[in-house]
This record gives sequence, structure tokens and C-alpha cells, in this order.
Amino acid sequence: MTRLILTAAAAALIAGAAAAQDVVRMGTEGAYPPYNFINDQGEVDGYERELGDLLCERAGLTCEWVTNDWDSIIPNLTSGNYDTIMAGMSITDERDEVIDFTQNYIPPAASAYASTNPDADLTGGVIAAQVNTIQAAHVAESGATLLEFATPDETVAAVRNGEADAVFADKDYLVPIVEADAEMSFVGDDVALGGGVGMGVREGDDDLRETFDTILSDLKADGTLNELIVKWFGEEAQVYDLDEVGGR
Amino acid sequence: MFPFCEDPSQLDTLPWLACYLTTGVHMNFYVSFGTVLLLLAITAPCALAFGFAGAAASRSRILPLSLLGKGYTSIVRGVPDIAFFLFFVIALDQGIEYLVHLARCPDWDEPIRQGANFLVCPEAKMPPGNAAQAWHEAYNFALAVFTFALVFGAFAANVLYGAMRAVPRAQMETAEAYGMTDRQAFWRILVPQMWIYALPGLSNLWMILMKATPLLFLLGVEDIVYWARELGASKTPRFTDYPHGDWRFFYFLFLLVFYLGMTKISEVALGRLTRRLSHGQATLGGEAQRREGGDMQAGAGA
Repeated sequence: MTRLILTAAAAALIAGAAAAQDVVRMGTEGAYPPYNFINDQGEVDGYERELGDLLCERAGLTCEWVTNDWDSIIPNLTSGNYDTIMAGMSITDERDEVIDFTQNYIPPAASAYASTNPDADLTGGVIAAQVNTIQAAHVAESGATLLEFATPDETVAAVRNGEADAVFADKDYLVPIVEADAEMSFVGDDVALGGGVGMGVREGDDDLRETFDTILSDLKADGTLNELIVKWFGEEAQVYDLDEVGGR
Repeated sequence: MFPFCEDPSQLDTLPWLACYLTTGVHMNFYVSFGTVLLLLAITAPCALAFGFAGAAASRSRILPLSLLGKGYTSIVRGVPDIAFFLFFVIALDQGIEYLVHLARCPDWDEPIRQGANFLVCPEAKMPPGNAAQAWHEAYNFALAVFTFALVFGAFAANVLYGAMRAVPRAQMETAEAYGMTDRQAFWRILVPQMWIYALPGLSNLWMILMKATPLLFLLGVEDIVYWARELGASKTPRFTDYPHGDWRFFYFLFLLVFYLGMTKISEVALGRLTRRLSHGQATLGGEAQRREGGDMQAGAGA
């Protein structure tokens, strides 16, 4: 049976390989609303889904969405399981050494602490953050005890059940959670981290990167990107300065 | 799903639950149970075949073959499952891609290993980047099945090897006295009788295999653990019509009940199989059945 599946798969693959490389596989996490999440219908949804589909439409590419655990999202890009990462990933120097980024599609945004206790100790207490994020790195440097989790949701759950004093994450991720939960509130000051959220591509995949880069410039210039940001992140969200973008 | 599901926020508990449990994302959850059952259904016979081959090879009089069989069982049994799963699936995937690469892209001059990257030519990607998502899933699933079969095959080989040795020597001697060749004695005398000795070990393996299916989650297959975690995570009202708190407890409890149910079914089925295989065998169980008499048709006695 295994062999049957493999043979059938191989046969189909050989037939498929003849076609041009016009399907782009978009890797995302699917657990980070409003950036990306699985909706009630079981499909990938969110800001990045809408933006990604728009990018692919303008580039004339067929895009297929794939979910992958955050923890292994970069290794699976480099090994070719998918071609891009759109998963609320901030552009940092460390990541840039391993993969390439397009220009950002969300301006450098604030990270924030949220807690059920308004007086939570942010520098000496236990702070939950998602593994392999710039927020986790920041907590580790801040002197607080870092408690890492595989998914964003678990970081929030850790605060609710008292395991952690506060959660440190992208503010855009925390806003809907704090809005929906009367017990949760933002604590302390916002922290500016990272160089904005960009799309990750394999190093050397320059055609794909330039294609999406050009379209992102257009979307920034005509204000479409700002509309999308406001639609998914709310009126207060940071948007692009149109004059500045237009100058590129 | 149901016509009254238009606005779930207005519903009472029961209709709300009916709507909630039939959303598209829940359907994916239910389908993933099928994935697990399919994995079991394919893996168990494959593992048994691997085990049989391993045990037969270990018994072989040809030295390289017996070393191969013994090496396979010892090495695979000695490595922790998780380490084996993480390593072997990657190694297998890269091995397949490397072979296809050699066959299809002989002129490729860039190195395949570039730091952490394993880059073969695009024609050698398995499955190719532009294959449908279903093929990617089938490919991952097939890798998982093969790995499961290989790991559990090693344990099965050990069990079957022991069972083959447990068949009374006198049976084989009688076969030889009747003039059967080695091959005939193996297939007609040894194999039919060994199952009853192998069954306790194999049923134990089956239980462990069942419990090991959540390793699929580790291999990136969207199995029941993946969906239980995804669905149980708290949901805010902005992104779903069915907001709820942290329900992972209930979802994982459901998985627990599912696995306990599977265990119960397996125990009943294995109990029946034991009675069936004991029939007419020169074992305590077989002897007890003979004394009771009557409740089973007399078959070929040993």
C-alpha cells in the first residue's frame, strides 16, 4: 500500500514537474490572529492571507497556503517545503542571515506586555513569550524569567492560569485579546522591536523576492496596504506614510 | 451546517453546540481521526511484514542475511522513537531527493548542502513545489507510514523471532521425518504454529503503535492532536463566530476517551483472535479448548 501511494505520487509528480513553476506555496502558522489564523471554515484567514492572495493575483501566480509550526517555520522554508513565509515574522539581522526578506508590509510595530495583574513585575517576574521570537529574546535580556511556549495562544493561557505574571507579544496580537477579556490589561510601556514584518523567502530566490517587492511598493504607494492594515488591525494601527513611500 | 446557525451569538447552549461542532474546522478535526485510523490500518500490516522479513532473515543460515536481520532489529530497537522519527524522516526525504537529483540533474554544479540548506535542483524536489497540496500531504503521510512500519517492524521482528523459536522442536523434527524440505517445514509447520506464541507480544506492540500515533503531529501531519490544540485554543470574538476560552482540556479529554475506546475495542478483538489461534494448538490455551470441546468446530489439529 505504501509503495502504491509512493508510486502513484511519483507518477503524478513527474507529470506535474513538466508544468512551469507557477504555484507558490505560502507558509504560515495559522495561530496568530489577526496576522494569520484558521477560520471557522478551517481555512487560513487574516491580514496575511488577504495580502498574500492580493500579491499573488497581481503577480499572476497561483498561491497555495500551508500551515507549519512556528518553531520549524524557517528550516522548512530553507528545505523547500514551501516558498515564502508570511507569519507575522519581524525582519531581524539573525533571521536575515538564514533567509531573505522582502520589504516590510507592516511598519515596525510595538510589542507590549499584557497581564491580569496591573502591577505585574515586568523585569523580575515570570514573562511568557513564544519560542524563537524577538519578544522572547527581549525578555531574556530584560532580566525577567522567560517562559517559552510553542504557540501564541499558550503564552496567553499561561497568564490566565497564573503560570506567568505577564505575556510579552506583538501588540497587534494582544489588542483583540485584551479587548475581549475584562481581566486582561496592558501593563508597562510598549517596546519597539524589529524592523517591521516582511515576507521571508529562501536565499537566492531573488526573482520571487523582487516580484513581491515591486508589488508591495505599488500597494504601499496607492494606499491599498494601509486600507488592509486598518481593516485587520483597527484604526489605531500604525500605517505607512504615503509621501514617504511614494518617494521610493 | 444547519439553517439556524446564521447568528450563533443568539443561540442557546444546545443549538450553539450543534452549530459549533459542525463548523468546517471541526470537520477537519473529524477527518483527522480518519487519518489516524488509516495510518494504523496501513502501518500494522506493513510493520508485520517488516517484522516477518526481519525475523526470517535473523534465522537464516546465510551469514550476511542473518547479520542484516539482527542488525536491523538491534539498531532500530535501540534508538529512541522520537529521535528516530525526527532523524529518519528527514534523512529519507533527503535521500529520495538526492537520488532523483542524481538521475534528473546530472549537470547541476552547485553544492547540494549549503550550510543548513539542502538544495537539490527544482526538478528533484519531492513532491515538486507546484504539486497540489494533497500530494504534499500524501507524501508526508507515506513517509510517516514507512517510518512507523520500520520502527515497529523491528519490534515485531524480535517478537516473531522469539515465537519461531518457541514452536516445539519436536514439530519440526516430525516434519523432517515426513521428508519435508526446510522451506516446506518453515511455511507449513513453523509459521502456522508460531502466531499463538507471537500474539501476546504483537498485541502489546499494537497497543504501543496506537499510542504512538500522535507522533504524526511531530512529523507535520495534521492529526488529531494538532486539531485538538488548534480548536481548544481560546478564540476571541473578532475572528470567529464561536468565541470561547481555553478549551484544550475538553479536547484533550476527548482524545483520551478516544484512545481508551480504541484500547477497549482492540482488547476485545485480540481476545477473540487469541481464542481462534489457540484452537488445536499444543499450548495450554489450546488444550483447555480441546477439553471443553464442542464450542468450536474441530479443525486441523497439531
